[in-house]
Amino acid sequence: MKYSTELIKDLRLKAIQVRSNILEMIPPGKVGHLGGSSSAADFMAALYFHAMRVNKNDPKDPARDRMIMSKGHAVLVQYACLVELGYFDREELDKVKTFEGILQGHPDMDRTPGIEAVTGSLGQGLSVALGMALGLTLDKSDSRVWAVLGDGELAEGQIWEAAMAAAVHKASNLTAIIDLNGVQATSTTAEIFPIENIVEKWKAFGWNVLEIDGHDMPQILQAIDEAKAYTAGPTAIVAHTIKGKCFPFAEGQAKYHNAAMTEEEYETAWQCIQNMKSEVEA
Amino acid sequence: MRSSDSLRKTYGETLVELGKENKDIVMLEADLGNSTMSSLFLGAYPERYFQMGIAEQNMASVGAGLALAGKIPFINSFAVFASGRAYDQIRSSITIANLNVKICGSSAGLSDFGDGKTHQSIDDIALMQVLPNMTVLSPCDAVETEQMVKAMVENHGPMYIRINRNDLPVVTDASEPYHIGKMLLMVEGTDVVIFATGVMVQKSMEAAAELAKEGISARVVNISTIKPLDTKALIAFTEGVKGVVTAEEHNVIGGLGSTVASALSKSRLPIEMLGIEDEYGTSAENYEILLKHYGLESEDVAQKVRDVLK
Repeated sequence: MKYSTELIKDLRLKAIQVRSNILEMIPPGKVGHLGGSSSAADFMAALYFHAMRVNKNDPKDPARDRMIMSKGHAVLVQYACLVELGYFDREELDKVKTFEGILQGHPDMDRTPGIEAVTGSLGQGLSVALGMALGLTLDKSDSRVWAVLGDGELAEGQIWEAAMAAAVHKASNLTAIIDLNGVQATSTTAEIFPIENIVEKWKAFGWNVLEIDGHDMPQILQAIDEAKAYTAGPTAIVAHTIKGKCFPFAEGQAKYHNAAMTEEEYETAWQCIQNMKSEVEA
Repeated sequence: MRSSDSLRKTYGETLVELGKENKDIVMLEADLGNSTMSSLFLGAYPERYFQMGIAEQNMASVGAGLALAGKIPFINSFAVFASGRAYDQIRSSITIANLNVKICGSSAGLSDFGDGKTHQSIDDIALMQVLPNMTVLSPCDAVETEQMVKAMVENHGPMYIRINRNDLPVVTDASEPYHIGKMLLMVEGTDVVIFATGVMVQKSMEAAAELAKEGISARVVNISTIKPLDTKALIAFTEGVKGVVTAEEHNVIGGLGSTVASALSKSRLPIEMLGIEDEYGTSAENYEILLKHYGLESEDVAQKVRDVLK
């Protein structure tokens, strides 16, 4: 195996920590995007704790890699990574989406260290990431730009404008990760707006496409490395994921796209975290 | 230095000139480079020129990304598309984050006379000035265009410049120092002040000359920075007059007129607004036909002055 057992185990534990940080931000009764944050937790952990060049002491370090949450509503997963890396104090997790907190409901570069842009109006983040990638290339920087897209978000026309432009301009320092969790705000993507043949679509738009199980850490690491190694143009990692992954009551449920958990659900959620941890540690 | 009285050519030439020293300037365009004259940049610095295809929304957000990477992107299209087609991208990707993206709305107002209502922008000032952090610029001639483009590069922040497609007579003085926000006295007068922008500056100057023959003394002020509006200077320019006229090639709703009127709301001066009366454009064989049809000739300005003095 290319990746050591220790690395895989460490990143799995990190992903569990990321999910527990997400839970901390949305105690019972507090509405939050649990589903789309937990579906992205594994590849986000792999990126932030292994693949990306980060510098918590200088969030604007020119040599850093950039992460853009194009699906900005799932920013809880990014906060969960950033807090773990020490970009801000843990106390901020309790103040998410409050007037005095630095963690806004959607990514805000002016308020939160480690957030790179303003996203949340869906469909725009990939374009912003492309602009960054083009700018870095002009500067002959070897920094990379990672953009996380939702599958519901793929309905936005601008995504496909950006997809064409990134291929035309051969932005090989740009990788899009498509969090293919199959569920959007009100129902499944299949029911709301079925965009079939996602892999073929990105290929047709001129991208290098990798298809993985977005909860399988070795597959995630392999895809990240392949994306980095590909120099002819941009890479799309199509990650098959489960919305609300790790929390059975929320898995695959549109309701938990943005909802408040009950006391019972919250307790179950923590139990799930414990179970997962024991499983990985064993 | 500018080679003609063309605002758009001057825009393109000025950026080529500035781009020589300032390697951060990058140009993005959406297949209208030969109209916006952003194409001149391609010839000079092909590596800093990005053809974004007919996809203005992506272009605007890519501009945001380039600004985040430390560049000074100029994004170019016709004013209707630059402002309207990419509106939410300008709002969310650019102005909320207060990014250093410069937007060129070319062929603004009715100046793209042949192409008709879909291509004529009567609403771009309104759309752009309502966005927090945005600066809105509206030059009246090529000299001012050159000064403005230089100021756009020197000053940080999102900015929109509205550029007329047609050559306009030079009415400003290149030796006069310029800064964003500056209001320029074009004609001294005592009875009325006319606040004009863009092509309407020269029309207002012509009107002032006509009115002088009738014994009416009209002051003409060029407001080429619509936002931020220098309210102090605006009020100072109303000193001693009996009425105010505004003149713009834009919908009277949401443009220069309503902005000036709201800034002067405590002045108790009568205000007449000249502009496009809440309707879309139309095709014509030349620009003058449209200016006449929509009541944007010097005689129309003069009539507003007479009205406000009644």
